[in-house]
Amino acid sequence: MATTTTTVPSAGPIAGSRSFLARLREGDEIARMITFLFAASVVLVTVLLVFELWRDSVLPRHKFGFNFFRTSVWDPVFDQFGALPFIYGTLLTATISLVIAVPLGIGAAIFLAELAPARISDTLEFFIDLLAAVPSVIYGILGVFIVIPLMRDYIQPGLKKSLGFLPLFQGPAYGFGFLTAGAVLAIMIIPYIISVSREVLLSVPRDQREAALSLGSTRWEATWKVVVPFARGGILGSIFLALARALGETIAVTMVIGNQPIIRASLFSSGYSIAAIIANELTEATSNLHYQSLIELGLVLFLLTFVLNGLARLLIVATSQRGAGMGHA
Amino acid sequence: MKRLAGLLLVVLAVAGVLWADSALSINGAGATFPYPMYSKWFDEYHKKNTNLQINYQSIGSGGGIKQITEGTVDFGATDGPMNDEQLKAYSDKHGSGILHFPTVLGADVPAYNIPGVSAELNFTPEALAGIFLGKITKWNDPAIAGANKGVSLPANDIVVVHRSDGSGTTYIWTDYLSKISDEWKAKVGKGTSVNWPVGLGAKGNEVVAGTIKNTPNSFGYVELIYVIQNQMAYGRVRNSSGAFIKANLASVTAAAAGAAKNMPDDFRVSITDAPGKTAYPISSFTWLLVPAKFSDATKRDAIKGFVKWMLADGQNYTEALSYAKLPQEVVTKELKALNNVQ
Amino acid sequence: MSPRLRWRKFVSGFMLTMTGVCALVSVSMLFFILGYLVYHGGTSISWNFFTKLPTPVGETGGGMANAIVGSGKLLLLATIFGVPIGFLGAIYLAEFSGGTTAFIVRYAADLLNGVPSIVIGIFAYSLVVLPFKHFSTLAGGFALGLIMIPITLRSTEEFLRAVPNALREASMALGASKTKTIASVIVPAAYRGILTAILLAFARVAGETAPLLFTAFGNSFWSAGWNQPTASLPAMIYTYALTPYDDWHRQAWAAGLVLLGLILIINIVARAILSRGIAVPRS
Repeated sequence: MATTTTTVPSAGPIAGSRSFLARLREGDEIARMITFLFAASVVLVTVLLVFELWRDSVLPRHKFGFNFFRTSVWDPVFDQFGALPFIYGTLLTATISLVIAVPLGIGAAIFLAELAPARISDTLEFFIDLLAAVPSVIYGILGVFIVIPLMRDYIQPGLKKSLGFLPLFQGPAYGFGFLTAGAVLAIMIIPYIISVSREVLLSVPRDQREAALSLGSTRWEATWKVVVPFARGGILGSIFLALARALGETIAVTMVIGNQPIIRASLFSSGYSIAAIIANELTEATSNLHYQSLIELGLVLFLLTFVLNGLARLLIVATSQRGAGMGHA
Repeated sequence: MKRLAGLLLVVLAVAGVLWADSALSINGAGATFPYPMYSKWFDEYHKKNTNLQINYQSIGSGGGIKQITEGTVDFGATDGPMNDEQLKAYSDKHGSGILHFPTVLGADVPAYNIPGVSAELNFTPEALAGIFLGKITKWNDPAIAGANKGVSLPANDIVVVHRSDGSGTTYIWTDYLSKISDEWKAKVGKGTSVNWPVGLGAKGNEVVAGTIKNTPNSFGYVELIYVIQNQMAYGRVRNSSGAFIKANLASVTAAAAGAAKNMPDDFRVSITDAPGKTAYPISSFTWLLVPAKFSDATKRDAIKGFVKWMLADGQNYTEALSYAKLPQEVVTKELKALNNVQ
Repeated sequence: MSPRLRWRKFVSGFMLTMTGVCALVSVSMLFFILGYLVYHGGTSISWNFFTKLPTPVGETGGGMANAIVGSGKLLLLATIFGVPIGFLGAIYLAEFSGGTTAFIVRYAADLLNGVPSIVIGIFAYSLVVLPFKHFSTLAGGFALGLIMIPITLRSTEEFLRAVPNALREASMALGASKTKTIASVIVPAAYRGILTAILLAFARVAGETAPLLFTAFGNSFWSAGWNQPTASLPAMIYTYALTPYDDWHRQAWAAGLVLLGLILIINIVARAILSRGIAVPRS
């Protein structure tokens, strides 16, 4: 994979032999140190956060150990806590939201970057960005009053009729549940995909497109086979942003997911997610064990994000041996 | 450009320093249920004492208890009384105790949405426990139908709705169920969050109400104000004297009056299933949490002044907002207890 | 025209139309939300809304003036705190660092991005509220700034990397130092994208409620200076929307409308004022 390193001075003996003081005088070393400090502070904050979560979850870690990952019971009265249903719900809703938002988002970004005239593209972009600013609770309420009846009365029965042979679409359907939560999440994360992907597509050099067209490709082929792969890195970056938002969303999810800590195959079933239960119970947690178990769930979410990010990066590396343009993890 | 930015920063810093208020600012945090009442009270009180600003934010009962214990607010508010562990945590940290003062009363009512049924249903304690335990699953179950002769109930599955977020409303409901059902007490227990055997979780009273309104055959517990404001159907519950009582301001106050005789001096009492012929059995106080000892005398006097006003004039504002007022017996007791705040 | 070519042309037309459909669907969702807010909250927008303090339920004439100002202060703090860290950190990643450091920082930023906002709020609470024993606008701004950092960092880095190497090499060849290259050539070339990233992060935190519950707390009155609790639009929306009163619901929708309107204005103004600097000609 051709990671384009941009530290040009590192090429050549002349640059390398400049003394530290010389570099300092030129200001480069200072710039390097300052920007390093800022970059390092990001890592510092993250490490500090993990440390706080670790420290504040000591009780359940000692009491439950690894069973925390295998139990499905969440009982604040009798002090039994298990994370499995929440992990399941988090992963499922995030997956559904990506399945809906990624094609939609990339499609829209392609349209805005390649086809739409500049004025229209910019105007529409303003509006799409606004989707990111809508407060979570408004998404939640719209979810309750609009998406849920829509799901319950039209979409879910429709899916049941056509695809009901799949266990995914069986069972009672009240409008709440994984599918609805995934759909609401998809709307919330789409602006990140569109906004960043569009900008990256716009910055692909013109000659790439023209080269493809001059070789006889159709407009679509030029876009899909040349421009989009060139912008792959940025598009994937936008999906990372979107995924992160989907994993951490609290209020909107809890208002439509049904909030039952159960594990079911059906997408129509109620469920729960880590972020949702933290939002629901953290401020009212009665016992220390309850509070710290919620904090441990936060730690679990961290771990999930860690693993998912790692898998995604591996996927990128594995599928980009031929590396085109700006592909990088 | 740089100069402009610099000037802006200076202006902001100066503005931050100069724009200081001369009013005394008091912060309180806690329960969401009484928020509309408290915001009305603090606003009225501010009109009478313009130099005093009492800022109350509803971050939840648990939040209120936590913040007053940490000392980041001047008073707290909770729908469920602090337990011994929490009281100890407070006194360990501050070296003195914290006092509970009931302010108004609330009630949990059984709300339902059954297509074709507009009558007011009667619920026995056994029916309520059975539905929430998941043992009674259809509307025409004999446990429900038996108390509602003359109403034709459909054979539909009951869709149970409960709270997903920890709340005092849940505490009141589960406290009542624990009192009238041994099975509930052993299996689920009482708390602001419990492990519900069945049912959907909805966040907040408003979303529970909205869910019930929009979901046919649904059933759940909601705070009285919400069913009144949302004009929903809700049923009567049989109280300890055997009468089926509908929750309203009078029957809720009656529950507190019935419990007043045996009330502990610190007011930390559950009044569910209270004695009294007209008492509504699923009622509860909501409390202000006031430190027993203040380091700042002006704040102490301000809060004491407010509580005194709240117990007298304040109670006249409750009805308009559908909150039940305190019975006189409790008010008298509280005025006496106020002297313990130093 | 050969059948194969006909097919390819058909596919091309079809797929490009589909992308148009995608764009249409995405935009129409926003307009739907706007429409809903206007329909339900439009009547509550008045001069009072922008100038008066909140009133208890049942009393007319109240507004959310303190929440609007509060949100403004919080967002200003968040931007001052979050954007420089994200921006300068991204410069380090794109221009100075080796592969391993970049990998670690990027990973950390992605992790931070996935933390539920309420956990960020608790983190900020333990750092900025507990030690001082009171809630403050500063704490709220800090929490929001933390959320802004990863979005700003990752997106800015993408756009810096997108600048063709030819520009860098040309600048070096002319004898410019690294710093000058970055400041005068690379950043202006990536300007558009960086601005987009910052505005996206800004929009995101403008609508955040959970981190403010334990930091800025909320205020029914005016909040003086930076060290007191303050009201904010998202918090007011959250509180009002979940009460049973129609009047407060309408005010919540109105607040949502005002919030979106303000973000839109800031977006437009920012792009208008700040889109100077050399731009790589748009392809």
